[in-house]
Amino acid sequence: MNAQSPLLSVRDLKVWFDIKPKGAMPWTSPDKLKAVDGVDFDLMPGETLGIVGESGCGKSTLARAIMRMVPAEGGTVLWLGDDLLSLNKQGMREHRKEMQMIFQDPLASLNPRMTIGQIVAEPLKTHYPDVSKAEVKTRVREVLDRVGILPNMINRYPHEFSGGQCQRIGIARALILRPQLIICDEPVSALDVSIQAQVINLLMDIQQEMGLSLIFIAHDLSVVKHISTRVMVLYLGNVVEISEAEQLYRAPGHPYTQALISAVPIPDPKAHAENEVMLLDADLPSPLNPPSGCVFRTRCPLAEKVCAETKPPLTDRGNGQQVACHVI
Amino acid sequence: MTHVTNVETAEVVKGRSLWQDARARFFRNKAAVASMIVLILVSLFALFGGMLTPWSNEEIDWNLMGDVRTLGGPSFETKHYFGLDPLGRDLYARVVQGTQISLMIGIVGALISVIVGTLYGATAGFIGGRLDNIMMRIVDILMAIPYMFVLILLLVVFGRSIFMLFVGIGLISWLDMARIARGQTLSIKNKEFVEAAIATGVSTPKIIIRHIVPNLLGVVIVYATLLVPSMIMFESFISFLGLGVQEPLTSWGALINEGAGQMRYGTLWMLGFPLFFFLISLFAFFFFGDGLRDALDPKDR
Ligand SMILES: Nc1ncnc2c1ncn2[C@@H]1O[C@H](COP(=O)(O)OP(=O)(O)OP(=O)(O)O)[C@@H](O)[C@H]1O
Ligand code: SF4
Ligand SMILES: [Mg+2]
Repeated sequence: MNAQSPLLSVRDLKVWFDIKPKGAMPWTSPDKLKAVDGVDFDLMPGETLGIVGESGCGKSTLARAIMRMVPAEGGTVLWLGDDLLSLNKQGMREHRKEMQMIFQDPLASLNPRMTIGQIVAEPLKTHYPDVSKAEVKTRVREVLDRVGILPNMINRYPHEFSGGQCQRIGIARALILRPQLIICDEPVSALDVSIQAQVINLLMDIQQEMGLSLIFIAHDLSVVKHISTRVMVLYLGNVVEISEAEQLYRAPGHPYTQALISAVPIPDPKAHAENEVMLLDADLPSPLNPPSGCVFRTRCPLAEKVCAETKPPLTDRGNGQQVACHVI
Repeated sequence: MTHVTNVETAEVVKGRSLWQDARARFFRNKAAVASMIVLILVSLFALFGGMLTPWSNEEIDWNLMGDVRTLGGPSFETKHYFGLDPLGRDLYARVVQGTQISLMIGIVGALISVIVGTLYGATAGFIGGRLDNIMMRIVDILMAIPYMFVLILLLVVFGRSIFMLFVGIGLISWLDMARIARGQTLSIKNKEFVEAAIATGVSTPKIIIRHIVPNLLGVVIVYATLLVPSMIMFESFISFLGLGVQEPLTSWGALINEGAGQMRYGTLWMLGFPLFFFLISLFAFFFFGDGLRDALDPKDR
């Protein structure tokens, strides 16, 4: 599989938001909030990339920048060789059918005034306006059936379903165009634990069946563990580590990853003791004013002088592991 | 696939839309239902009331004209059910006709505000950025104009006409609605179903029409029903100043004005009948709007 060329290849992607300080005059230049600050990664066909990080570290923004739902400050997003960021609107529209998204809040991601049949059909009707009504109906029924929703429910409204069912409907909407990539932005965070597993298993089955690539965002490692081939750890808009999932859980490289892993309940207490790295108590710094050098240094137990001076580059550590740290 | 064919044959289940839920809640609210009935009756009166009388709104009853104050009261014998107006015209016919004008003014104002205001506000809110800024500053400027003063000037300069009244109402009625629609749009725009539509590549006009506007509609309808009475009052005020609709046409405001002017002669019916219709309709609109708000937005109670 490594011989294949990547489906998606993101280079030095930056998303900065203009933030006006409170009470600022109209002519003062806004502060820059660096929500995503130079992210690089590749995604292979059929692979699942997990993205983890604390709330506010830029996971959703990264996803939305790839889908061109927020403008990027710089960088490239190569999709099968085309730079999505330099396409015009029409060109981008053509690619939208190849990539779909699933959202965190299952109910909020469905328009309450539309029936689920209309909701699931919308992408199909948008990209293939000439498809006959009968065909749309058949496709909608098929895909609903695939995600485990009885197709005779097509005339019901979202509020008549449970959270897990709504998420399945969201998945059906993402599948109807048979995309190559689905970006799942915390798809199970809002669900009960028992239902989380069902939804994750459904996603994994579908991925196997259709040979999809997935980007799976979550804010804790335990959820991603099950589904990911590789995992990327974000901190304040920066990638601090990308590893094969196995490797990351066995031998986390970056101090931040180690801290995250130590927070995950691990059945083997010995392994736990070995991995013990506690975060310093300092608060998460504001992305408006990130620390100089290594963004993690204000909370890093291993920080040295060099960490405040230069930003550590992401370097290859073998075993498919890349870590951004001066010390480790 | 066998699974699919199984369910294919099953009966498709009907869903209950949010609108159906709202309707059920509305019909449980007695005051709102009573108001709705009142409004229906008043509308029927405006549409068909004229058929019940041989008199028209401009015909003068020469027999009674000299003695309006003594003989012009409500009477079935003379077929002047509501009596005569100071000039000897049938008040019933005039109230029917005034009701038509007043309701029409209220409804036209509400329609303009719903169509123009909603689309304008939703577009500004959804597209955002500089366009939003420009569009909303225009609304601010229009709002800052003392429209009552401008309208009075227009009526004085171009002469009183119902057309001028509609122009005036059309100019002001949508401004508040545009602001309300924009505010709601800003909150709907960040909902994930709109993001999903953007991510799929649905075009902007379609997103506004299909995803934003239907979700605005609850607020818009409530505001529109509350706008009807304020438009009616607005017109009544203009008419009360003597600048409203042109004779022989009339409206509630003009009739009330006329009746109030005659009060000291004891011809109270001239004030009482139009005032009665004016008041019950306004109350009914307010209760109806209230009932709609409760029905459409149950969390807000
Ligand atoms: N449209 C926006 N305008 C300004 N700032 C924004 C915008 N969207 C996100 N941000 C900021 O960018 C940063 C990253 O936000 P983002 O939503 O990507 O985080 P996240 O990792 O998805 O968090 P969560 O786990 O809570 O979903 C946050 O500080 C957020 O406040
Ligand atoms: S570079 Fe320094 S501060 Fe950053 S993670 Fe490594 S040791 Fe900690
Ligand atoms: Mg997020």
